[in-house]
Amino acid sequence: MRVNFTVNGRPQEADDVWEGESLLYVLRERMGLPGSKNACEQGECGSCTVRLDGVPVCSCLVAAGQVEGREVTTVEGLADYAKQRRSGEAAHPGGGCATGACGTSLQEAQQWRARGTDSQTGEGGELSPVQQAFIDAGAVQCGFCTPGLLIAADEMLERNPQPTDADIREALSGNLCRCTGYEKILDAVRLAAARQDRQEEAV
Amino acid sequence: MGSTRTTGAPTKITQGSQTKGGIGESTLRPDGTLKVTGEFAYSSDMWHEDMLWGQTLRSTVAHAEIVSIDTSEALAQAGVYAVLTYDDLPAEMKNYGLEIQDTPVLAHGKVRHHGEPVALVAADHPETARRAAAKIKIEYRELPLITDEASATASDAVLVHEGRDDHHIGHVPHPNIVHRQPIIRGDAAEAAKKADVVVKGEYTFGMQDQAFLGPESGLAVPAEDGGVDLYVATQWLHSDLGQIAPVLGLPEDKVRMTLSGVGGAFGGREDISMQIHACLLALRTGKPVKIVYNRFESFFGHVHRHPAKLYYEHGATKDGKLTHMKCKIVLDGGAYASASPAVVGNASSLSVGPYVIEDVDIEAIALYTNNPPCGAMRGFGAVQACFAYEAQMDKLAAKLGLDPVEFRQLNAMEQGTLLPTGQVVDSPAPVAEILRRVKARPLPPERQWESSEGADVRQLPGGLSNTTHGEGVVRGVGYAVGIKNVGFSEGFDDYSTAKVRMEVVGGEPVATVHTAMAEVGQGGVTVHAQIARTELGVTQVTIHPADTQVGSAGSSSASRQTYVTGGAVKNSCELVREKVLEIGRRKFGTYHPAWATAELLLEGGKVVTDGGEVLGDLVDVLAGESVEVEAEWRHRPTEPFDLRTGQGNGHVQYSFAAHRAVVEVDTELGLVKVIELAVAQDVGKALNPLSVLGQIQGGTTQGLGVAVMEEIIVDPKTAKVRNPSFTDYLIPTILDTPTIPVDVLELADEHAPYGLRGIGEAPTLSSTPAVLAAIRNATGLELNRTPVRPEHLTGT
Repeated sequence: MRVNFTVNGRPQEADDVWEGESLLYVLRERMGLPGSKNACEQGECGSCTVRLDGVPVCSCLVAAGQVEGREVTTVEGLADYAKQRRSGEAAHPGGGCATGACGTSLQEAQQWRARGTDSQTGEGGELSPVQQAFIDAGAVQCGFCTPGLLIAADEMLERNPQPTDADIREALSGNLCRCTGYEKILDAVRLAAARQDRQEEAV
Repeated sequence: MGSTRTTGAPTKITQGSQTKGGIGESTLRPDGTLKVTGEFAYSSDMWHEDMLWGQTLRSTVAHAEIVSIDTSEALAQAGVYAVLTYDDLPAEMKNYGLEIQDTPVLAHGKVRHHGEPVALVAADHPETARRAAAKIKIEYRELPLITDEASATASDAVLVHEGRDDHHIGHVPHPNIVHRQPIIRGDAAEAAKKADVVVKGEYTFGMQDQAFLGPESGLAVPAEDGGVDLYVATQWLHSDLGQIAPVLGLPEDKVRMTLSGVGGAFGGREDISMQIHACLLALRTGKPVKIVYNRFESFFGHVHRHPAKLYYEHGATKDGKLTHMKCKIVLDGGAYASASPAVVGNASSLSVGPYVIEDVDIEAIALYTNNPPCGAMRGFGAVQACFAYEAQMDKLAAKLGLDPVEFRQLNAMEQGTLLPTGQVVDSPAPVAEILRRVKARPLPPERQWESSEGADVRQLPGGLSNTTHGEGVVRGVGYAVGIKNVGFSEGFDDYSTAKVRMEVVGGEPVATVHTAMAEVGQGGVTVHAQIARTELGVTQVTIHPADTQVGSAGSSSASRQTYVTGGAVKNSCELVREKVLEIGRRKFGTYHPAWATAELLLEGGKVVTDGGEVLGDLVDVLAGESVEVEAEWRHRPTEPFDLRTGQGNGHVQYSFAAHRAVVEVDTELGLVKVIELAVAQDVGKALNPLSVLGQIQGGTTQGLGVAVMEEIIVDPKTAKVRNPSFTDYLIPTILDTPTIPVDVLELADEHAPYGLRGIGEAPTLSSTPAVLAAIRNATGLELNRTPVRPEHLTGT
């Protein structure tokens, strides 16, 4: 079947989708957006969390056909999404790959070079406050849970800009992390909230 | 106990101390930006034009002869490109294994555990491959099951492996025992006569899963030269390579491996999973093949932490001095050897814990059974022992009427203590001090969940299930401390290799570090860049992807990578620095006498004297030249343990952590809420303090998991895994995990690079027994098994 939906502000069309495919599979394997992760594929770990018409969902539990005509935001579009939220715009461009199916090509994977100063200098484009805070607070280790946590944390901060620790824990309780013991993730969300406050005061 | 002695201090750094972003700073991850934008390429993200999907068919029974396999229907499915079984294996070598090559690539005539790979399918869609695999017909004839020590060592027991010819068979009492390591020192029977109190205990440790989030996955691409390029998540590329190439019938240079993004490891990627299978399918079909396990398959796709039975006897005098210890540790290795022999070595040699006991009688064994294979997981044999000896310490203290922390301090190991193996602990061992620190920390306030608006159920046992508003809730506090060895022990040649290049790029001096170290999340790439900055006085460092085009880095396990590959990077940088200075002397030596006479350092992109005088820019020194060194580096050699007495200088270094756990228990429902898990740990030198905290908090949380929730349940009647999913195998969520305050000590180990200590595993040891001790303190129950489940607390 063919599925038409909007991903990170850009209309997309997925062809030859088998009815049993999940939104996660279509994003990762047909849209070239592998940022949403496949840790359990049964709705337990939250690593595949995306926003579907603004609501955080486990994309592994959403059948591809269910997203027909709807809007999806993934971690790849999070920076733009946050930027447009700040500037008050509704839609947002960017994200996805123009050709449809591309994944992480082997060439890209082979060319990957971790430069020693990437994260320090903020090279690599503009990040959303919650993305930057995850880096700064040491909330990223293996990073497999990170995309889902970022989507969930960003959505919570949108609803609740000044969360208590208990609020943060409740909002992120559907996202498993095996590396960090969550302390640095709490730090990151607190940091993002504090920076958001300061930005608003400055405005 | 009022005073404890602390020896040692942090290492002082001279070279590079003026260069920004060097060791000791909390520099940020070089892969951080890619990981928060979703661009970091994990092994399951690989994609190739025209690629196929591989699927494994696994056994549905634990122990059986394979009567027949019929693949015809699967092969006839549209979209299926290949179906492979044992008969399709191309080389004479058909097995693999870390130490003993006892594991068939695909089952041969027999399956030995539930979930053993029997056949492979490649198809154009993962669902097509799954459905085709389901159409393969296998007829099994079931065999008697070996599931525990009694069934394994019975005189008429069925042998899990017939015709063993490995190097352990000569010294094990039964062919269903993989390895046995006794350690005898002093005379435990004689020393027991001096004991005023004796405590005996029998403990059970459940089977824990690493539960890394990134599933086993990778992409194999057939090459024109008949070889294969493999992109995969692993802990040790070269160990994989040495197991993959022989079963493919290829020389090692035709199997080129590159590390893909690794979504956690914790020991579970030390063994081969899909690597060989993907290569076989790629070579057979001539197409790239991707294999990605789902979570269900992942539970069968890697080894677990050994479940264990531990039998301990300790004695002490009435003034609180330990007299002797006897123990027997029985580890269930499951159907294949994996890392069992080394786990036995750790469990036995660290079974005493961080205590001084001169008279010991120790025995550890690992069994072959038809349970799931067990091998490496963070803590590696020391975890199970720590759970038992720390329970014993609390029982002894209670019997003697002593404070449990003071009792431990009274018997604590120090620098200079002899291990039961006869090895001297020749670096700081601040066991009493880390205990003092966790105890001295103020306790979290009582009833934090209570406010004028009532109880915040989120902070109570049971949480949002709203099972209590404080009724039946009691608090408990518990302590534990542990000892973990760092690095590979028992005479293993535990080296690493680093290639470092220095050149001018874009008008700036740039260092490139190339190792085969598996970055599994621990932050090795961060500290490699820091070490290069410190040793070469540059700001820009490029970390080359890990692959097999450079020498082995050894495993990302045993808390060893910062020590060993960090040591290799430091060593190669030092060699590069000498060459750079030689070039400088050649080019500029005549301009300033200090080039010949002073001690020279590289700082902030310049060559400076140790007095701080600038002699020149690295850009000028390196103009038109690049310097590159690839060198191996080794830590001090170790020795095997004597097979009869267990004596020998088997270990390289030790790592110590202590925990204090504060729990609240709803005694009516048996629900536990851990309120706080405070840690103190000696790290020798914190190369990256932020990453150090992350390791300690993460390790602590895995220890918490196996204290209160994590266990793979294997049905003793069928040897089948009953909970292979994150629905039924629970790992701590952010709601289950408490505040984890950390106290870091930096007491240099003079034998290690920068005085550092491997840190990743020690916090996983003492976390579990501290939580158990706190639950015992709250409930008064004995609790001799972990994890603790509600029924153990309510007696229902």
